[in-house]
Amino acid sequence: MNEKTRVPLVHISRRQSLPWYRAWAIRAAAIVLALLACAVITTLLTGENPIAVYGAMIEGAFGTSRRIWVLLQNVAILLCVSLAVTPAFKMRFWNIGGEGQIMAGCLATAACMITLRDVMPNWLLIVTMFVSSLLAGAIWGLIPAFFKAKWNTNETLFTLMMNYVATQLVAFFIIIWESPKGSGNVGIINQSTQAGWLPYIGGNRYLLNILVVALLTVGMYIYLKYTKHGYEIAVVGESERTARYVGIKVERVIMRTMLISGAICGLAGFLLVAGTDHTITTTISASRGFTAVMVSWLAKFSPIFMVLTSFLIEFLSRGASEIATQFGLNHAFGDILTGVILFFIIGSEFFITYKLHFRGHSGKAAEKNV
Amino acid sequence: MKKVFALLLALAMVFALAACGDSGEAVTTDTPEASDAPEASDAPEGGSGETVSVPEDFKVGFIFLHDENSTYDLNFINGANAAIEALGLSEDQYVFRTNIPEGQECYDAAADLADAGCDIIFADSFGHEDYMIQAAQEFPEVQFCHSTGTKAHTQGLDNYHNAFASIYEGRYLAGIVAGMKLNEMIENGEITEDEAKIGYVGAFTYAEVISGYTSFFLGARSVCPSATMDVTFTGSWYDETAEREAANNLIAGGCVLISQHADSMGAPSACEDAGVPNVSYNGSTIAACPDTYLVSSRIDWAPYYEYAITCAINGEAIDADWTGTLETGSVVLTDLNESAVAEGTQEAVDEAMAALEDGSLHVFDTSTFTVGGETVTTYMADVDTDENSEGDTEAIVDGYFAESTFRSAPYFDLRIDGITLLDENYG
Repeated sequence: MNEKTRVPLVHISRRQSLPWYRAWAIRAAAIVLALLACAVITTLLTGENPIAVYGAMIEGAFGTSRRIWVLLQNVAILLCVSLAVTPAFKMRFWNIGGEGQIMAGCLATAACMITLRDVMPNWLLIVTMFVSSLLAGAIWGLIPAFFKAKWNTNETLFTLMMNYVATQLVAFFIIIWESPKGSGNVGIINQSTQAGWLPYIGGNRYLLNILVVALLTVGMYIYLKYTKHGYEIAVVGESERTARYVGIKVERVIMRTMLISGAICGLAGFLLVAGTDHTITTTISASRGFTAVMVSWLAKFSPIFMVLTSFLIEFLSRGASEIATQFGLNHAFGDILTGVILFFIIGSEFFITYKLHFRGHSGKAAEKNV
Repeated sequence: MKKVFALLLALAMVFALAACGDSGEAVTTDTPEASDAPEASDAPEGGSGETVSVPEDFKVGFIFLHDENSTYDLNFINGANAAIEALGLSEDQYVFRTNIPEGQECYDAAADLADAGCDIIFADSFGHEDYMIQAAQEFPEVQFCHSTGTKAHTQGLDNYHNAFASIYEGRYLAGIVAGMKLNEMIENGEITEDEAKIGYVGAFTYAEVISGYTSFFLGARSVCPSATMDVTFTGSWYDETAEREAANNLIAGGCVLISQHADSMGAPSACEDAGVPNVSYNGSTIAACPDTYLVSSRIDWAPYYEYAITCAINGEAIDADWTGTLETGSVVLTDLNESAVAEGTQEAVDEAMAALEDGSLHVFDTSTFTVGGETVTTYMADVDTDENSEGDTEAIVDGYFAESTFRSAPYFDLRIDGITLLDENYG
């Protein structure tokens, strides 16, 4: 090697692997730093006491039992969508069409609630809604997968555009179902008869959704970790060529996985329309299809960690909004704080994966490594 | 490396989209302990009704669709603040919750406010209605007041109420300002009589919008008989780009004056860029459009908020369906932009306002418009909301269409001659 090579001030190398406790120590440090940074920003910009601000945040999320239930329900739906997009991501298939797949599920559910309410008993109606929402989501996921498998189209753009198609379809049907005429508003579907509404468990309107998603989480964990399908997904994700070499039919895996991905998004749509909102709007999915991408990546595609990351995102969103206006600030301020916190958390992953070597120490370290 | 790059691109895209689409919700609780406070629902008995003394544990909740960045919600927030000040409510006696979407979140917000001890809760957007009803059924001791809704008079709930204002009268007066401007342009030789075409950007083909543009047009035509109007719809209550495009298309199509019924600054700023006079809604846009802004009509919600809160304090029943008028101070015109309006405008507006107030002038006088070339003598309006939107109430009374009489929210949806709908894709 040339001895005149300039040693840079800092150079970066990949870590071999980090024991779990050190990785989590880095993550915890990132959160502490993020909270400190937010405190400084809050004090500088608004002059408010940061401790009171964090108190308000916690109160906004956990202040009453209702708030806790609402938080858990939001976590459940976000988690459901995150679980849905995960198998596709694990396969390195960039499904950013979760939004459209949710909308397809919502649309199918609402369509059944409106058109079939008088022709079948309630249990059969709910079963029909369930099946058709899964089917609708699955079809919405399968279309881009089919084109990818057959003609290698770009799935990122394809799934993205399918979102707009789904949103416009919903807008179209809203005009058919709107009440009163011209208002662009469907209102609560079957408010008097409650036909097609998911039953409350023990008088709690959110518990059923939460239980369904809890089961789904366990199911997805097992599916990805212990089944042949899960293994195939992992292999295709690591290297398509290897997958072909060992005899995996890659096209089939892509289509099958997107079918599952779309169907679970459809399920999220079903839970939203039949379980809580009982209406349909073009904004009903509230960008969860996109937020789920972040949740899934932050958790490194592990369904168990996804519980934590989706909880974190929902906690931040409820808490940050609360502080923003409790102190007479615009809602945008809450978004700034959420952004700062997420920046630190995502940034911490860099320090877990890579190591920084500074000039001086690094010379010796590099020699040793060689 | 390629994979990493592709991943970064994909992530960047996703975050950009998520940032655009995100509509979180915001909460204001002015007392940190609010959630643990005992329910303070007992209104004091009796009360004179004249001088209101607000009990210390009395609390008011407000739910807004967006925040102050929307002209629509800003108008409600201003009304709420004015009422709070007039009644002398202290900081911990009211709670604002902004950015509440028209879904389950509205019920959650209303129930959360009831948990926090609110005695009366207001919501401001049409799509909140069903969720307010749901909350009203669950909390019978709390009063729920919903602006712009249509169901209270048939719902039969003692604690659920609707409110609106006879804003068509305000639109009519704003129309007079527009008509005077058209006359001035004709006199100055800028346009011929036949070119006096108004453009109107509407949100949906909903009765509230139809009532609004028709009354505006009738006001303009009352002073400028040759006026015609083109209407286009955006299919959204708030879409800045679509509203701007719509205004530009109307101007390109020969419209010489623009008004709108949608909530963004899209149309007014397009007018300012093109130098076309604009009649605004929900509040003055003079700061952004000093050269082209003429006047704005708006509903002042403060009188209703004061009325409903006072009733709740005194334990009196709130009207199921309350209509604000010029008299109650609910329908107002902002100050004229003196540098842009035609001479004599103020006098013409004052004259019409006096006539509206003493009942000698009706906006929807059937002798002033025709439908399909014929004078309307009978019309069944859809006053009681049902799924098929069937007409159920005779609305033509004594030679005029009685708007906001059988219920507060508008139900005038006739397509009168002289107004051309360029598209009807939205309902």
